[in-house]
Amino acid sequence: MAVAAMNYEGRVNVGRMERWMSMVAGGALAAYGLKRRQTPGGAAALAGAALLYRGATGHCDVYQALGINRAHGNGAREYGTGVIADRGSDTREQLGGRRGIHVEEAVTINKPLAELYRFWRNFENLPKFMNHLESVSTREEGISHWVAKGPARTRVEWDARIINEVQNKVIGWQSLEGSTISTAGSVNFDEDPHGTRVTVHLQYNPPGGKLGAAIARLFGEEPNQTIREDLRRFKQLMETGEIPTTAGQPSGRR
Amino acid sequence: MRAVCWEGRGDVRVENVPDPTLLNPRDAIVRITSTAICGSDVHLYDGFIPTMKAGDILGHEFMGVVEDVGRGVANLKKGDRVIVPFPIACGHCFFCTHDLYSCCDNSNPNAWMAEKFYGYTAAGLFGYSHMLGGYAGGQAEYARVPFADVGPFKVPDHLTDEHVLFLTDIYPTGFMAAENCNIQPGDTVAVWGCGPVGQFAIRSAFLLGAGRVIAIDTVPERLMMANEGGAETLDSMDPDVFSKLRNMTGGIGPDSCIDAVGLEAHGPHLDYVYDKIKTMTFMATDRISALRQAIHSCRKGGTVSVPGVYGGFLDKVPFGAAMNKGLTIKTGQTHVHKYLPRLLRYIETGAINPSFVVTHRVSLDEAPNMYRTFRDKKDGCVKVVMKPH
Repeated sequence: MAVAAMNYEGRVNVGRMERWMSMVAGGALAAYGLKRRQTPGGAAALAGAALLYRGATGHCDVYQALGINRAHGNGAREYGTGVIADRGSDTREQLGGRRGIHVEEAVTINKPLAELYRFWRNFENLPKFMNHLESVSTREEGISHWVAKGPARTRVEWDARIINEVQNKVIGWQSLEGSTISTAGSVNFDEDPHGTRVTVHLQYNPPGGKLGAAIARLFGEEPNQTIREDLRRFKQLMETGEIPTTAGQPSGRR
Repeated sequence: MRAVCWEGRGDVRVENVPDPTLLNPRDAIVRITSTAICGSDVHLYDGFIPTMKAGDILGHEFMGVVEDVGRGVANLKKGDRVIVPFPIACGHCFFCTHDLYSCCDNSNPNAWMAEKFYGYTAAGLFGYSHMLGGYAGGQAEYARVPFADVGPFKVPDHLTDEHVLFLTDIYPTGFMAAENCNIQPGDTVAVWGCGPVGQFAIRSAFLLGAGRVIAIDTVPERLMMANEGGAETLDSMDPDVFSKLRNMTGGIGPDSCIDAVGLEAHGPHLDYVYDKIKTMTFMATDRISALRQAIHSCRKGGTVSVPGVYGGFLDKVPFGAAMNKGLTIKTGQTHVHKYLPRLLRYIETGAINPSFVVTHRVSLDEAPNMYRTFRDKKDGCVKVVMKPH
């Protein structure tokens, strides 16, 4: 059957039940869209078609970027350490769809892949090059506690779990339900002719209200720039052992 | 310590500032014994380079004795006599490991600033604007040198400071300019600009096999200096430079052309007036008469080599001429580190004595006067060396 033929290895990352729901929702949306005809109908038809495709092929691009593979079992997730996460949380809800902010940045580092992976996997190293982070500590297997600097010397804290991990390939994480910040992200490590390419995908959905605005400022007006600078510092730290600075040098300024 | 500080356009002062300290593990502190003013410092003095702040310490051509090293520096110790290359290079990024030291990825703390102008950042430089690192420069009594295990180059005691100081910048710059011409034995090389870089380019061109070097400038003592290096000379203010070059080369044009003038060019034609008006009214960033002439005069299939510093966007560049004549254009900030062992050898064997460019030797306190004298090419000034102690 056509559907089975599209199930080639490695492409399927959506669970079975989810695929059926995708197809049903997609089919309904597409039918509605085609009936309406005008521009909103067209948009609905396209969205429906995308969901249909996702259900039919079992492949979701967003999941792929996050390194999420839910093709095994009924929505249970596993990661390299062998611990199975609870089945309640849904990444797509956390991502917030249209309201979420998506960031993708990459850097190429002249160091062996395994060394970079090992450094990043120890999350306690992250504040060394991510300036907005104060500390990251491991609570229990797979769960980490993050503390970030907020504006006006406030702090923002949340817990995150590793939702996917493939040694020397990808680390995917997601904040736990009820976190102040809703965030999911992944860092990918790939060989490149010029060294190791490190690609970060980050998706976060700041909650509304005053706290949301403060958190948005925490990540800066330009989330891409923040991540790019973090990756630059990661590269500097790994290639040279230090981060270049002029803070503390003399000048003639009064 | 005393240091030469930029305080605005046309305003340079010697001020008392704190001594530098080690800030990173791979730093060193150098007590400076000699330091020079560069032609590109004049662009800072004249306000052409953006992102300068009042109080910035100037200077990128300096040498001295190591006073202190960070724990990450194993190959230098207190007492070592070194020259310090003007670009700061980490030694480990893709560019440093491919000999492209002035393109270092990791030495600019303000990389985001350079990226806004240039797409990607180049190396941080000593004393040359915040966009290029904001590092305190070496026209001072002491300097903090980052990545001291990569940059500072030890020099033998039997060579005086003036023998080796120009390894920091202008000698490798002139040499790289000539090397970039891809000189074939017997070639004719035309050099615009007989300041110190042009002088070293002339001598390097002969060393690399050029048959003739034609030097173009208008200042008499500079043309004489070029002549002493073996070059024939032309007056840059002669409106007929193109025809003269054509006749001197039997109707072909020079095989390669070096623009050792950069962004504050002067010229006899209307294009200079155009540039001058546009830059004075801030509608253009660079004056480029020399570059235009070099492109126009170069023979077909030849090379235009540009060590001259440019900062922004160039107006009315004859790129049509460049394209249709099939020119190669090679340019860049000097990859100083790459050339040091070879150029030191030339000095040690007596093939060249770089001190020939020095016309003024003064104490650091003379800096404000010297910047003006050097910029205006008064008093036969070609190169100023200052002693801080």
